[in-house]
Amino acid sequence: MLDIDHLTIEYTSPKAPPTVALQDVDLHIGVGEFVVALGASGCGKTTLLNAIAGFIPPTRGTIALGGEPVIGPGRERGVVFQKHALMPWLSVLENVEFGLMLQGIPLHERRPIAKETLRRVGLAKAANRPVYELSGGMQQRVGVARAITASPEVMLLDEPLGALDAFTRESIQELLLDLWHASDRLFFFITHDVEEALFLATRLIVMAPSPGRIAHEYAPTFSSQFMDRRDARKVKSSAEFIRMREEVLDVVRSISAGEH
Amino acid sequence: MGTTMQTASDNTTRTRQARRRQQYRPFAPQGRETFFISTATVAAMLLLWWISTSLGWIKPLFLPSPAAVFAAFKHSLMGGVPGQPTLIENTTVSLARVFGAFLLAILTAVPVGLAMGTSRIANGIFDPLIEFYRPLPPLAYLPLVIIWLGIGETAKITLIYLACFAPLVIATKAGVRSVPVEQINAAFSLGASRWQVLRHVILRGSMPEIITGMRIAIGFGWTTLVAAEMVAANTGLGQMVLKASNFLRTDVVIMGIVVIGVMAFAFDLMMRKLETLLVPWKGKM
Repeated sequence: MLDIDHLTIEYTSPKAPPTVALQDVDLHIGVGEFVVALGASGCGKTTLLNAIAGFIPPTRGTIALGGEPVIGPGRERGVVFQKHALMPWLSVLENVEFGLMLQGIPLHERRPIAKETLRRVGLAKAANRPVYELSGGMQQRVGVARAITASPEVMLLDEPLGALDAFTRESIQELLLDLWHASDRLFFFITHDVEEALFLATRLIVMAPSPGRIAHEYAPTFSSQFMDRRDARKVKSSAEFIRMREEVLDVVRSISAGEH
Repeated sequence: MGTTMQTASDNTTRTRQARRRQQYRPFAPQGRETFFISTATVAAMLLLWWISTSLGWIKPLFLPSPAAVFAAFKHSLMGGVPGQPTLIENTTVSLARVFGAFLLAILTAVPVGLAMGTSRIANGIFDPLIEFYRPLPPLAYLPLVIIWLGIGETAKITLIYLACFAPLVIATKAGVRSVPVEQINAAFSLGASRWQVLRHVILRGSMPEIITGMRIAIGFGWTTLVAAEMVAANTGLGQMVLKASNFLRTDVVIMGIVVIGVMAFAFDLMMRKLETLLVPWKGKM
């Protein structure tokens, strides 16, 4: 569904030699996959997300969604940012219905849709509050609700939980799995947290820096275990989870030590 | 051992204090009440003025007493000199000039600033023009404005307009630059067109800076008022002050200055109110 072929992205500046942020990345993602890109800063994972979102043009190679080449941002690819992306002059509800408003859907039609999404992300009571008064976790829930209300085919999440405390993180991780499970959307999620990556991913790609590339791939099954048992703590403390966590951590560690 | 524990607890106290200090925002006086301090300053100034004139330290020609200035105010409010406009007429005419120019400046400077902030070409065109005329004193190009536009209202409003225009453009441009790229990208990813991003994100996100620019611009407008009314004006506060200075009516001069100052200050208070109403989110995200 999402096809990335030979994607190379170089940042050029007039004074320094070009930096290769991504080199020859091939990635083919099917409908309904939850892909998590894991890596330390500088490995090009945000660049990869920005390229899929259409914010950065490829230097070489192609990105296509459902056969259509990606040129620039579009409604079929929703993005959740790490921060600063909500409109502070709009209320929670107005932020969530912003995409529908842009499409010209009248107020009496878009309002119920936005309210329903807010209920799903657990913010029904905060609908009329200004977003700048919300906690970081609630703001990210609004960001997720806003992206999903526009019904994208792909959800791109750029370290959305990076700045949150552990408890809030976990509750939003569960929310994301619920939203993902309830649709056949493709999720592409970025993190530098190994535990988070393993818990969410159906497909985990570990990235390495200079030049940015995919170093390893895993196919964890913990998200479906969670969907069956609904107990995140139990999943994350299982022997299998811990074993895999240590394995991935070793890989990440050896990558940062420059052994790859 | 004891010292280590001491240091550790000191450190926690220190972080707690630091956190508290952050919440108080000690270098942001806006949030705190300054009314009484400001009132005391004004009262002290008035008292000094009253003492220095009533004890005869300064001749009335140079500084008339507060009572004399108030008398001039009362005298000219409705009647004043027969055949001369009243204070109310002067004030109305000046207000119309300043606000007319100010509104024209908003209507033109905000679009120009948005264009300059978003388009390389627009920035390249307007930047040298604005940066050239902006530091010029209005009195320097007043003769040119009169030669080109005559001595009517157009010339007066143009002079005030030019004074308001530049700061408002610069503020709008700064506002555009201050909009986080994430907000713009988010809108594009929700399917916004370039025009929609401009209208629903960039314009809205620039509002705090635009309102600051409006406050600065109207200030420049009042500053330019006297210059604008120097030539061929029969009414207006600036004209009233100039005329009074020709007749050494220092009381009327000071009265006129106070009226202009009070009006400008009242408008600034209104703008601050407007700011809290329109952009309550300023600095909070």
